[in-house]
Formats: sequence, C-alpha cells, structure tokens
Amino acid sequence: MTGLTVDNLGYSYGARRALDAVSFEVEPGAFCALLGPNGAGKSTLFGLLTRLFTSSEGRIEIAGHDISRNPLAALASIGVVFQQSTLDLDLTVERNLRYFAALHGIAGAEATRRIGEALDRLGMAERAKERARDLNGGHRRRTEIARALVHRPSVLLLDEPTVGLDASARAAITQHVHALCADEGLTVLWATHLTDEVWPDDRLVVLHRGKVLGDGTAAGLSKGRPLTEVFLEMTGGTP
Amino acid sequence: MNAWLTSLQAIVTREALRFLHQRGRFIAALVRPLVWLVVFAAGFRAALGLSIIPPYQTYITYETYIVPGLCGMILLFNGMQSSLSLVYDREMGSMRLLLTAPLPRWWLLLAKLIGSTAISILQAYAFLGIAWLYGIKMPALGYVAALPALAIAGLMLGALGLMLSSFIRQLENFAGVMNFVIFPMFFLSSALYPLWKMAEASILLHRICAANPFTHAVELIRFALYTEANLPALGWTLLATVVFLGLALWGYDPARGMIRRKG
Repeated sequence: MTGLTVDNLGYSYGARRALDAVSFEVEPGAFCALLGPNGAGKSTLFGLLTRLFTSSEGRIEIAGHDISRNPLAALASIGVVFQQSTLDLDLTVERNLRYFAALHGIAGAEATRRIGEALDRLGMAERAKERARDLNGGHRRRTEIARALVHRPSVLLLDEPTVGLDASARAAITQHVHALCADEGLTVLWATHLTDEVWPDDRLVVLHRGKVLGDGTAAGLSKGRPLTEVFLEMTGGTP
Repeated sequence: MNAWLTSLQAIVTREALRFLHQRGRFIAALVRPLVWLVVFAAGFRAALGLSIIPPYQTYITYETYIVPGLCGMILLFNGMQSSLSLVYDREMGSMRLLLTAPLPRWWLLLAKLIGSTAISILQAYAFLGIAWLYGIKMPALGYVAALPALAIAGLMLGALGLMLSSFIRQLENFAGVMNFVIFPMFFLSSALYPLWKMAEASILLHRICAANPFTHAVELIRFALYTEANLPALGWTLLATVVFLGLALWGYDPARGMIRRKG
C-alpha cells in the first residue's frame, strides 16, 4: 500500500487544461515536495486530493482508499493545510481545533487530549487560549498544522503553507513538518514554488503547466547542481 | 455521540458563536422589522383597511397584521445573510475545511442550515418579545405553536440562501440577490397586505403572490401564532424547502466543481 497514489489524473477548466495525465506515488512516511511555479496546477491537484471537486479522468488513492469509491475513508486519512488560512479568527486556538475535531467525530475528553498533544507537538500549547486573530502568521500556520493532525491522519497535505511568512517562520515550519515525517512516519505532500523548502533527500515531483516534468529525489534530479537552477531550466523560467 | 451528531453540535455551536461575535448583525436584524412595525405600520394604518380574514376572529390593527410578515422578514434576511457568509467563507477558504470533513456533504450542508435557522428563530422570538412589549400580543400558546412554523419557514429560506450561494460566483454579485430575490419575495407576498388586496389591484400580481413560497411561509407563521394549522401553507413551504435544498446540494456537488479554484 502506498501513502498516496495519483494515477493518470486530468482536469480542465472549460477549454483550459489544468492537469494532464499526472501520475506519481508517495511511499508511506515519505516527504514529497510538489514543486511548481504559479499556475502549474498545484492547487487544482489539491482540490482533487481533498475532494473539493472531482474528475472523471484518472484515479487517486489515499492510504489505500480510492477517493472516488470510498471518499469518506480517504478524507478521514488526510490532514490538510490550505494555502489560504481557514482559521476562525474570532475563536481561540483551542476552539478552532475543537471545532475541527468534532467535524471528524472526536469530542469530549478524547478531543481535549488530542488537541493538547497536537498543540504540544507544534510548540503551541501555551497559546491554546489566545484568539487566532492575535497570533502572528507563523503561529497561525502552526495552529493549522496542529489542527490537521488532531484526527491522526496518515497523510498530510500542505498547499504552499509558507506563503506570506518571513524567512525564519518559513524555515521553522519546513523543519517542523520534516520532523513530523521522520519521527512519526507521516506521509507528506508539500506543494511549493520555493526550492529552498526542498531538502536533498526529499521526494520531488516537478509540476509545470499541468504536467509532471520530473519525479525522483531532489538530489537525484538536481545531480549536484543548485535545485533552483535545475527547476528554472525545467520550467523555462529565468533566475 | 456518533460522528454525525458531534459534527452537527459543533457546526451549530460555531454558528451561535459567530453570531455572538457579530452583535451588530443581531441589532440590525431587530431594528429592520421594528422600523417597519413602528414607523411604516403607523403611517399606513389608515390607508390599508383590513377586513376580517382567517385566522383573525375580529378586526385587528395593521400592526398586528404585519407581525407574522415581519417574522418572515427576519428569516428571509437571515437566510440571505447566511448565503452571503457562505459565499464569503468559500472565497476566504473556511468552507473548504467544512467540506473536507469525512462526512457526507449533504449532512454538512444540512447541519450548517440547521445552525443558521436556529439563529433566525432566536431573532424572530426576540422580535416577538419586543412586539409584545409594544402591545401586540398573540395568544400565549401561539408563541409555542409558532416554533415549528418558524423552524420550517427558516429552513426553507435558509435552503434558498444555500442554493443561491452555490450559484453566486463572487461576493460582489450579492447586491443582485438583494434586488432580485429579497425585495420581490418580500413585497410580492402577504407579509404587508392580504392577498385579496393585491387581487383588487392586479390579478397577475395576485397570482405571483400566491405562488411565492414566502407568502406560504408567512401564512404558516400567521396561523401558528393563533394556534391554527394552515395545511396548504405547510405543504407548499415543505415542498419549497425540498426543492431549494435539492438544488443547493446539486450546486455543491463535487462533480460540479463549484469550490474549484484555478491554480
């Protein structure tokens, strides 16, 4: 069983092709960076992986569950951090997590325990009673990651989770999620357009104009050259 | 408690908390019908004479006549307000969180609808309380009998808002909803004048009013406030609820891709 399988996936917005025969697999416990410039199709792929919308082309399997045949089991297996913040800014950190836990059927003492664990893991326990509105960007992101872990998913999907953060917050979040992957065997798909968030040992899928241009380890694809240079070469960008 | 009920409780609680955080919304929701009750009704009392029609047993003041319609107005505006917040949630992203929960989408949307209807009912009762202080009193049991009527009417108008939110692509288009849904629905109904008055003016307008689901919602509330059941109104309101909810669920079907985003 793979952590995540995307097989021959396609999607169009009217005449515009957003994803075209996209295929890749992520092994359980692997950190996979989905690297692509703006407009590559990353968010469309995340929409399909989270079943916000569906496609008749191709197949998605999450933790062994086919998303079209068994959508609820597939959704129960994923934790998602969307590009835009989905925190309720008027609620406290703890209440945001409690709401999410309830959406996954977890309530009462069990929810309290899991929320405590998740906040601890992200170093946010002491901010549990603070309103989300009063947190800085980095702490909001950590809260969202903690929230995505409350139901103990086996796959964590993050769509450009460092957008709008300063360099140190970006580095801290990237470090945290890599650690989660290494320590707890979580399968991670991390969408980004920033090459410095990809570590040499990470799985790397390069997406451009809806197509997979490269699939391997970051070190394997860059072959000793700077990843930024290789990425720009593949996608036709300029440094 | 199973996952379905846990999620329902969480969604309803969140709606209530959100409402508590928006006190201006609560005040606006009350001020609007009160202005109609105190100012509009005073001005039009003389112009709009009323005959004795069911469920009334005697002549009533114009203020008394419009109270059920103003309860309907609260439910209508709240339904549209929740539609606006759904479009906002979709643009801001929090709708994504709800729709990626491992529960059937129809249940998640229904839970949201129940939450917003519960808020609408509280507002309607607050208005009835102020009307009572103003001297417009219904039979005591009528306030109890009105609860299911307010709930059904609130669900119908909330489902209408949910349906509209699934078809409104952008927040900016919401002004159109005000012009093309709220005002025609409210004025082409029995909220402010009995339908026989409209028939005197125009048969066509009378027919439109009679077909308007909001008319039936108002009549359902009006009869319930006098502890009477208006079965045709109940039937039409339930039918409209099912149709609007069905269209809303179709609108939010993942295969239709309403929540999709280019990227």
